[in-house]
Amino acid sequence: MTDLPYNPSRGQSQMTKMVLRIVLYVLLGLFALFYLMPLFVMLTTSLKSLDEIRTGDLVSLPREVTFDAWRTAWSTACTGIQCEGVRPYFLNSLLIAIPAVMISTLMGALNGYVVAQWRFKGANIFFALMLFGCFIPFQVVLLPMARMLGIMGVAGTIPGLIFVHVIYGLGFTTLFFRNYYVSIPSELTKAAKVDGAGFFRIFWSIFLPLSLPIIVVTVIWQFTQIWNDFLFGVSFSQAGTQPVTVALNNIVNSTTGVKEYNVDMAAAIIAALPTLFVYVVAGKYFIRGLTAGSVKG
Amino acid sequence: MTRWLQDNMPKIVLAPSFIIVMVFVYGFIAWTAWVSLTRSRLMPRYEIDSFIQYERLAASPRFETAMVNLAIFGTLFIVIAMVLGLLLAILLDQKIRTEGAIRTIYLYPMALSMIVTGTAWKWILNPELGIEATVQGWGFAGFEFGWLVDPDKAIYTVVIAAIWQSSGFVMALFLAGLRSVDEEIIKAAQVDGIPTWRVYSAIIIPSMAPIFLSAFIVLAHLAIKSFDLVIALTGGGPGYATDLPATYMYAMAFSRGDIGQAASSAMVMMLVVFAIVVPYLYSELRTKDD
Repeated sequence: MTDLPYNPSRGQSQMTKMVLRIVLYVLLGLFALFYLMPLFVMLTTSLKSLDEIRTGDLVSLPREVTFDAWRTAWSTACTGIQCEGVRPYFLNSLLIAIPAVMISTLMGALNGYVVAQWRFKGANIFFALMLFGCFIPFQVVLLPMARMLGIMGVAGTIPGLIFVHVIYGLGFTTLFFRNYYVSIPSELTKAAKVDGAGFFRIFWSIFLPLSLPIIVVTVIWQFTQIWNDFLFGVSFSQAGTQPVTVALNNIVNSTTGVKEYNVDMAAAIIAALPTLFVYVVAGKYFIRGLTAGSVKG
Repeated sequence: MTRWLQDNMPKIVLAPSFIIVMVFVYGFIAWTAWVSLTRSRLMPRYEIDSFIQYERLAASPRFETAMVNLAIFGTLFIVIAMVLGLLLAILLDQKIRTEGAIRTIYLYPMALSMIVTGTAWKWILNPELGIEATVQGWGFAGFEFGWLVDPDKAIYTVVIAAIWQSSGFVMALFLAGLRSVDEEIIKAAQVDGIPTWRVYSAIIIPSMAPIFLSAFIVLAHLAIKSFDLVIALTGGGPGYATDLPATYMYAMAFSRGDIGQAASSAMVMMLVVFAIVVPYLYSELRTKDD
């Protein structure tokens, strides 16, 4: 216990320090329990049988572990009139998220490159307009977007949802790349220009190789946003093209038959797995994206 | 021609995004603003007709509930998440050996969809089989916790779930802020024998004012946009006791077929966001230009 960061005033005895230290760890442990409890409850509930759930103890471990609820959630749970589980919707979410992440990241990289390194009159205004677009409540674009998707002939389709996610993700991806590229000295671009390299050549050979960290941050941010989206998913999809969040909500709120809480919880965990996985594997980049999105520098 | 193309390549590359932003952000906002001034119902109409939709909003008890809920939810959510986030950050700043693991635990809810969070808490707060039954099962027969189905209390369950989801993120923001305070100043204060709590309250926390502002902006923004969480946790109910402007707007747009009300309530949300974000963005962009 010699590594206390700030030496408490000299009068304090070793004993008090110990007690304070223990109190500190107990507090941290209690908060950890608070954050873990819902995940624990979801997991144990999903492994219990309905009979066991009805005895009404949230925090007990399952007496008998069963994966029936997981099977049901994955392939036979009803999301309304269809009873195919979350599997097709999980696939929809992938089909929406993957292209949308790729396109919006690429466009954001090019935009950020222009705004940070090829300043021309109006580039800053463009950036300010874009930045402001990050903050609008999406409710304000829902109605015209619904009509626009209809006019474009992609209402209720997966390409339509990809389109929507690309458009409203552009603000953040541009912001990320712009803030990253702005710290790269512009002399680099100038020198390359003198050597006869063009716009794309400089981007491809100089900037892209430097961009791996920010690409990871942006991809993770966009993937999390799009995978977890509900508003666009519920507004612009139809039976068969819904993303997994919408399917999950439908399973939980479907009123037909017996309420199967274990199936609800299994479906919720399945819907959460991809983003949880990303978080566990690349948490550092996830946090960097979160803070970059809020405290810009 | 190629020369011209080369000179203008940056603008050509930016052009599609510029058009997208102008049409899909600003054009769409203008469309919504326009329609909010018409008598549109099931289909949009384009003859401007005074502020009738806003008068209807003002007269609607359901929208009033939504605005009151936003005030209650927003205030409690922002204040508690900030206090909790700061507390956790200070606790974690005491050279904790397992800091990495604890931080991971505190922050993981942020990776979840609000729908998942809502589903989990709906189950936990379920009066028949959730916490209430569990505690009763432990022998406290009189224990009651029916907030989820109590019209006066249900909005507080949304607060609980939202704090669970976002407070870890506030902690991460504050922790980064605590770490960026100049070590020398802190050491000097300690040499002078200033107690730890005074170091925090008089030196460290005041120097983090910009982080407080950022955290406030992010949380306020989250509060106004809250939609999924309410849908998953309470469905806006019981009745419309937990409606927020976002759920009101959605109900008007997609189930009630009242486009005028949907557009005007969306504009109200937009104005609330404006009032909070514009001064912030303005000051941010200005300090950057200097």
